[in-house]
Amino acid sequence: MTTTVEAMHGSHAGHDTPRDATPPVFYVRDEHAHEAASTALGFWIYLMSDCLIFAVLFATYGVLGTSYAAGPTAKELFDLPLVALNTTMLLLSSITYGFAMLAMEKGRTGQTQGWLAITLLFGLAFLGIELYEFAHLIHEGAGPWRSAFLSSFFTLVGTHGLHVTFGSVWLVTLMVQVARRGLIPANRRRLMCLSMFWHFLDVIWIGVFTFVYLMGALR
Amino acid sequence: MLETLTTFLFGRLSLESFPYHEPIVVATFFAVMLGGIALVAALSYFKLWGYLWKEWFTTVDHKRIGIMYMILGLIMLLRGFADAIMMRAQQAIAFNGSEGYLNSHHFDQVFTAHGVIMIFFVAMPFVTGLMNYVVPLQIGARDVSFPFLNNFSFWMTVGGAVLIMASLFVGEFARTGWLAYPPLSGLEASPDVGVDYYIWALQVAGVGTTLSGINLICTIVKMRAPGMTMMKMPVFTWTSLCTNVLIVASFPILTAVLVLLSLDRYVGTHFFTNDMGGNPMMYVNLIWIWGHPEVYILILPCFGIFSEVTSTFTGKKLFGYTSMVYATVVITILSYLVWLHHFFTMGSGASVNSFFGITTMIISIPTGAKIFNWLFTMYRGRIRFELPMMWTIAFMLTFVIGGMTGVLLAVPPADFVLHNSLFLIAHFHNVIIGGVLFGLFAGIYYWWPKAFGFRLDPFWGKMSFWFWVIGFYFAFMPLYVLGLMGVTRRLRVFEDPSLQIWFQIAAFGAVLIALGIGSFLIQIAVSVLKRKQLVDLTGDPWHGRTLEWATSSPPPDYNFAFTPVIHDNDAWWDMKKRGYARPLEGFRPIHMPSNTGTGIILAGISTALGFALIWHIWWLAAVSFIGLLVVAIGHTFNYNRDFHIPVDEVVRTESERTRLLSGQV
Amino acid sequence: MSRYRAIALLPVMAALSGCNLVVLNPAGDVASQQGDLVVISTLLMLLIIVPVMALTVLFAWRYRQSNNTARYEPDWDHSTQLELVIWAAPLLIIICLGAITWVTTHKLDPYRPLDRIAADKPVPAGAKPLDVQVVALDWKWLFVYPEYGIASVNEMAAPVDRQIRFSLTASTVMNSFYVPALAGMIYTMPGMETKLHAVINEPGTYKGFSSNYSGAGFSHMRFAFLGLSNQDFDGWVSKVKTAGGSLDRNAYLALEKPSEAVPVQHFGTVDPKLFNAVVNMCVRPGTMCMSDMAAIDRAGGLNAGGKAAADAILRANTLAGFPDTQATGLCTVAEAVEAAANEAAVNSGAAVQRPTVTPISASASPAGPQRLANP
Repeated sequence: MTTTVEAMHGSHAGHDTPRDATPPVFYVRDEHAHEAASTALGFWIYLMSDCLIFAVLFATYGVLGTSYAAGPTAKELFDLPLVALNTTMLLLSSITYGFAMLAMEKGRTGQTQGWLAITLLFGLAFLGIELYEFAHLIHEGAGPWRSAFLSSFFTLVGTHGLHVTFGSVWLVTLMVQVARRGLIPANRRRLMCLSMFWHFLDVIWIGVFTFVYLMGALR
Repeated sequence: MLETLTTFLFGRLSLESFPYHEPIVVATFFAVMLGGIALVAALSYFKLWGYLWKEWFTTVDHKRIGIMYMILGLIMLLRGFADAIMMRAQQAIAFNGSEGYLNSHHFDQVFTAHGVIMIFFVAMPFVTGLMNYVVPLQIGARDVSFPFLNNFSFWMTVGGAVLIMASLFVGEFARTGWLAYPPLSGLEASPDVGVDYYIWALQVAGVGTTLSGINLICTIVKMRAPGMTMMKMPVFTWTSLCTNVLIVASFPILTAVLVLLSLDRYVGTHFFTNDMGGNPMMYVNLIWIWGHPEVYILILPCFGIFSEVTSTFTGKKLFGYTSMVYATVVITILSYLVWLHHFFTMGSGASVNSFFGITTMIISIPTGAKIFNWLFTMYRGRIRFELPMMWTIAFMLTFVIGGMTGVLLAVPPADFVLHNSLFLIAHFHNVIIGGVLFGLFAGIYYWWPKAFGFRLDPFWGKMSFWFWVIGFYFAFMPLYVLGLMGVTRRLRVFEDPSLQIWFQIAAFGAVLIALGIGSFLIQIAVSVLKRKQLVDLTGDPWHGRTLEWATSSPPPDYNFAFTPVIHDNDAWWDMKKRGYARPLEGFRPIHMPSNTGTGIILAGISTALGFALIWHIWWLAAVSFIGLLVVAIGHTFNYNRDFHIPVDEVVRTESERTRLLSGQV
Repeated sequence: MSRYRAIALLPVMAALSGCNLVVLNPAGDVASQQGDLVVISTLLMLLIIVPVMALTVLFAWRYRQSNNTARYEPDWDHSTQLELVIWAAPLLIIICLGAITWVTTHKLDPYRPLDRIAADKPVPAGAKPLDVQVVALDWKWLFVYPEYGIASVNEMAAPVDRQIRFSLTASTVMNSFYVPALAGMIYTMPGMETKLHAVINEPGTYKGFSSNYSGAGFSHMRFAFLGLSNQDFDGWVSKVKTAGGSLDRNAYLALEKPSEAVPVQHFGTVDPKLFNAVVNMCVRPGTMCMSDMAAIDRAGGLNAGGKAAADAILRANTLAGFPDTQATGLCTVAEAVEAAANEAAVNSGAAVQRPTVTPISASASPAGPQRLANP
């Protein structure tokens, strides 16, 4: 409540008000603009709830990750160089999104759009590689129905992939909106939210990369 | 060829999916249809559709959304209670070789539906509705943080309820018990649509619940009136905050675990299957990591209601505000450390069982402290036995019994002989009816005059109260006895004739409760007719203490013409005591969010999507999914989501209130 | 007042005494200790519940609005001493109850062998417990007595005062094994084995049932638990033995099919490997046992060390005299090894072409581990 307050006072103090007390202020006239601050907080809380979904999926993978059902194991299946390439794509997309935000801060619409487009390309590259990996695994008979390990692997990685997909759709939407209306406060706020979302997915991916791929390959 | 076409068009849906050969269902169907047609005809005749659409369905006003939640809860209460009375009737007659009147196909759906409906579509909407209505008023806000989201959340909850109701007439509901444990809920044991109805109804409603939780947290954290520090928030707001934290921190787990179950059923994965490395026990753990906090999601706001009611009707400050707040927070945290007590008998080992048993008992300490706080609020008070206070006293006497049996069940060796028994059923109905439902009634009677501008008729309210309370004891005390006789839950027929008398007493209790519900409905009707006599012009009929009583009944769209400034926990009491004078001039235009139909449209499409997935109608699923994306994205292109209430309208509203107030003495 | 209440409670007491509160008054030592714990915990909690209820009524009456003589202190909202008391009183009770919980939970752990068969009788030295293997089927109970090589459906018997060691599992869905007169319940789950130790102290016929809902026939999933003297138990065993009926794998597969309200059946002989195969879900020929699957997984999968593990399993079973594929369903391990070898030859190995998924008899059943592909 940092807004300046034009106070209005109760017309006269009640009889039991201490004499030396200043007359109490019971209401303010100004309007509060809450939305912007609330949006950031609300989006954060949403991300945390999303994080819990990933927590469940990670826990599930932790429990089922070695239930190969006498089928292929993590070590046999994972192609680390490919995953490293994939990780690079996503990390780069996070950096370029950062550049987009810097450009936005400076109010440079064109530059922002440019960086957003590059981010989108990296995001799509990530999705492409992931789809290729999935297709390859399924082709080899290591689909999600093969074993509990593969069920939990596909679900964890696939859920992340779905998030990136929706992030990309959202990114395109925002690019159209920025193109139409420029970097107005509403659009800045939305870019901010997507930025949090995008970086959040990055953090989740680092967990996936370490916990699923690296540890799987080492196991 | 034709078959391929019908399968494409209708998926698993066929004429056989409609239970036209079941007389009970057909009769219900016609009753519902007749009622529905009459309602639609009446609405059309009185030309109310436009009004309903503009003023209610598309509203973003937290008060109207709160009221709609309450209506949803009430309608679903009737459905859930119909299930209850069917069960009681079946169990009262299925003795001495009688199969009763329900076969297992029906009975098993009935008890599953009863549990699911009562928790998700009765208790949750009631609790959410009250929080929605009251919290912004208590913190001196104009609306919630995200008004559109609020409307959307409500309609998603309705969407879930619609799917459950649809399962009554199209296909069937799950026959698994309300938590749908696999392998029973897996594809092999339950290949039909029942579990899919369960999954998608809860998923659709769950989205709404999670979003509404986020919304109310933001509202409470960000939109409190100046001066209202955290430790000056009314207790109901505190409990609402904790409840919504619990919602946001537990519903995603439910969402995730239901996704995994649906993958098992739709894709053929092996999360909870018996074979290929799946692990059904993981489902049981995950669902209870959501399920236990869920219980506290329901009870905490009711604790808040009791706090408000006790301090209002004893005319005293709440005893031990600080310890009340800390007790609430402690319960919030501890509720995540107790989930395993729901399955001590799964073979976890003695140390694990003792750990979870003891953490469970620890929860009873802050809960006990709360009971004492209410008790000492009554001490040296001036207690007015209006209906909310009567419910509170009934709660205090009933809930401690439920709490005691709950702690008893937390002792693992005792649980080994009482788990899944009717003793357990009696216990949780004792806390959910004696705690949550009594609390909701206290809340409804307490805030009704605020919402509608007139009180509820006390005569029928007392009838309802006594029927409910006495009915509760008749219905559930026998179940404690039956539990000690070693009778387990969810049985459809019985062998031992000596048990029958107890089930008959319980059925009698259910009839009393039915009279209680009936009296409540009569009470509403009578009160609406007598609203002139019961009218409340002051906006403060109970000599209230918190901010919601500072404004008119019902409050104007904008709640407060000027944002209040808070100096005390009991803000309105403090204002009254220190000679607050209502501002009469200097009004300004008020910035408000605009109504939008997007929420109901999105929820409608989501419901269609759920229906399509249940019946494997893939084209409809694809179409509705794309529709969902298009509408959602389209909505983001609308930047004009607010408007200003012009000054003269504010002046008009406020002078009308001045006129009414001056009519009072 | 209290006297009147006692009088008012009389009919309730009379009604209660007329019914059999088996949980509080059981015939088995374990259940009886659990029942005592129910009473002790309740009494302990009543120490605080009764005063709270009494105070609630008292305060509600005393401070009613019409009573002008009672004190009214509208601003009294805090008292440190009182706060201490209202937090400490429940805390003390919970400390007591927590201590009781810790001790009794360990003492009455169903996995722990008994150290006494009755309050004053320790388990006799060298006494062998009676092993009973329990399978919860859809929707009936199968009891196997490995010591006697017999089995029965929906009826089980045990000699009085002899420790019973249950091993429990289920065929398709979760159930819970519960004989209230004997001991607390324990879940039975497919593909898993749970344990329960108990003893029956008085002869009689007691009710047993499933206490976890398991589908359509759940209500009829009942069995008679016969507590018999040693002599009568021997008689029962020989009666079952002579009853004929042999429970081999095929008979089990027939029995396993869902059925409701099944009458008592006796089997004079039982395949000794049956229970193990049920737990490992490989009764049906041509299915790989879960234990074998787990052994291969532990060894790092077929293409890593698991091939060696599978070979070892094969060898061990051959040495043990169970070369035929029916014994533990090992044919699929053999197939798995073969497939892995082929795969390695063709593909030098990134992935395995579903070695275990196509057993010879894949079409035999819609269920079981061989159901792999998305239907």
